Amino acid sequence: MRKFIDSHAAWGLLLAAGLAFPWATGNDYHLTVMSTAYIFAIATLGLNLITGYTGQLNLAHAGFMAVGAYTVGILTVDHGWTFWGALVLSGAVCVALGWFIGIVSLRLKGHYFSIFTLCVGYIMFLVIEKWESLTHGTVGIMGIPAPEPIGALAFESPLALYYLTLAFLVLAVWVMRRIVKSLLGRTFIAIRNGDELAEALGINLMRNKVLAFQLSVCYAGLAGGLYAGFVRFIGPGVAGVEHTFDMMIFMLVGGLGTVLGPLLGALAMPWLTQSLQFLQEYRFIVFGPILVALVIFLPHGVVGSFLAWQARRDAKEGKPHAQD
Amino acid sequence: MLKIDRLTKKFGGLAAVNGVSTTIEEGKINAIIGPNGAGKTTFFNLIAATHRPTSGTITFGGRDVTALRPDQVARLGIARTFQSTTLFDHATVLDNLIVGHRLRTRAGLWDVLRGSSLLREEERVCREKAREALDFVGLSHIAHRLAGDVTQEERKRVAFALALATDPRLMLLDEPAGGVNPEETEGLAALIRKIVRHGITVALIEHKMNMIMRLADKILVLSYGEKIAEGTPEQIRRDPTVIDAYLGSEHAEV
Repeated sequence: MRKFIDSHAAWGLLLAAGLAFPWATGNDYHLTVMSTAYIFAIATLGLNLITGYTGQLNLAHAGFMAVGAYTVGILTVDHGWTFWGALVLSGAVCVALGWFIGIVSLRLKGHYFSIFTLCVGYIMFLVIEKWESLTHGTVGIMGIPAPEPIGALAFESPLALYYLTLAFLVLAVWVMRRIVKSLLGRTFIAIRNGDELAEALGINLMRNKVLAFQLSVCYAGLAGGLYAGFVRFIGPGVAGVEHTFDMMIFMLVGGLGTVLGPLLGALAMPWLTQSLQFLQEYRFIVFGPILVALVIFLPHGVVGSFLAWQARRDAKEGKPHAQD
Repeated sequence: MLKIDRLTKKFGGLAAVNGVSTTIEEGKINAIIGPNGAGKTTFFNLIAATHRPTSGTITFGGRDVTALRPDQVARLGIARTFQSTTLFDHATVLDNLIVGHRLRTRAGLWDVLRGSSLLREEERVCREKAREALDFVGLSHIAHRLAGDVTQEERKRVAFALALATDPRLMLLDEPAGGVNPEETEGLAALIRKIVRHGITVALIEHKMNMIMRLADKILVLSYGEKIAEGTPEQIRRDPTVIDAYLGSEHAEV
């Protein structure tokens, strides 16, 4: 089972489910909900790299997503760029901005880093809201063009956009698994376990933390850019810290520091929210206790706890197992 | 091998280490003892560059290392263990050790994204180093056990293995036998002798006097941040300053 969860077969099955999903629903609304979930899953994977794997909780993550979204919005609407060109730049802008913010904020440790980034995220929100000549202020940017067709593939219909976001998610998962399973991922994990020990093992803390931060916000930026092309309208609210908290919940529910956990969390939670829609604002009365119970009884999330249980069983049987 | 000259570290008005000069001698077991708060751990932190000294110099193998960062010092061949080792409890012991050799590898992000042959080769080397280090400390039988499930003594050995995986020339051990029973302490002492036999110099802080007196080739005694004595265990045992300041006059017969 454990082997199954981590095997290519399991990921293949997940991909097949994603490909088959439109046939199972045939409903444009469901496709839109799922596509949005895919976009936020990409951003959550990024947040998980810096938080789950490197141990630094970045609360400005939604701010970076907004930077990516506005990069696409501004370049396409005001400067006539193509969506694809702007999308590439949305990642690049975040990587560059992430370097500056990273070398300042990552000097702080633990809660201080989180509080600092909370402020950074709010400043990003304010800049977007107040800098009207650049960002159109509270009005937001309307009429963002849909992604231009690639050959015969046009991205106008919800179905085409669904497959586009799915393709990006698959790519994001593939790259992330490569990173976290490599020596580089082990370096990040060593920093999470204890920066003093990591440093004593010859790991350059600052360089590696900044790299993890940049990769993380690159995911946020690309997810934001994709979001702009998908929703075609963006406002300053994209930068709101509540989006970061949503992503944190996705990670906690699924399991911090795993690839599958945050992914499943990001895909499942929107559906749970949708299904509790009839309760309106009272749905948090249901939501809150579920979260509290989860954190108490499954502190490593659903996937995290399952993997820990499997690892322990394998260890008892003396079997080697791969770290996920 | 390691030459320390008038090393001082002040925290505010307090001198945690005050004008200490000494040498860590190659191929020997160098012990640092002293009452609680004597500045032993600060002394280690200065050597390992976790703290920058207020004044004084540290020379390692003829090179001034006073102003380097901890990771640079580690790359030059100074490894250390801590009083408590922060491992990833949900991963196996072997998995925890693989990163130990990371400092001798070069693969970066680009290699990771391409899955280059350099990366694959280096990952193989790191895994091999981890296995070697685990064999060396006598824990190959628990390679696949979870790090969170091993005993205190095994955890101490894992810490040794992690330091060994960095290919060090000098190992700084901070209370290697802390919280471990007498038989296990004997085993750890044997392991420390084995490390030295393999050409790695050892410097250690320890409170267990019996162990130190039998293990150390050379002892440095610190009290209130200052060096009060230095010499062989025999000399230290007889030194009236040490007996007075460290053990207390009532222990003079020990």
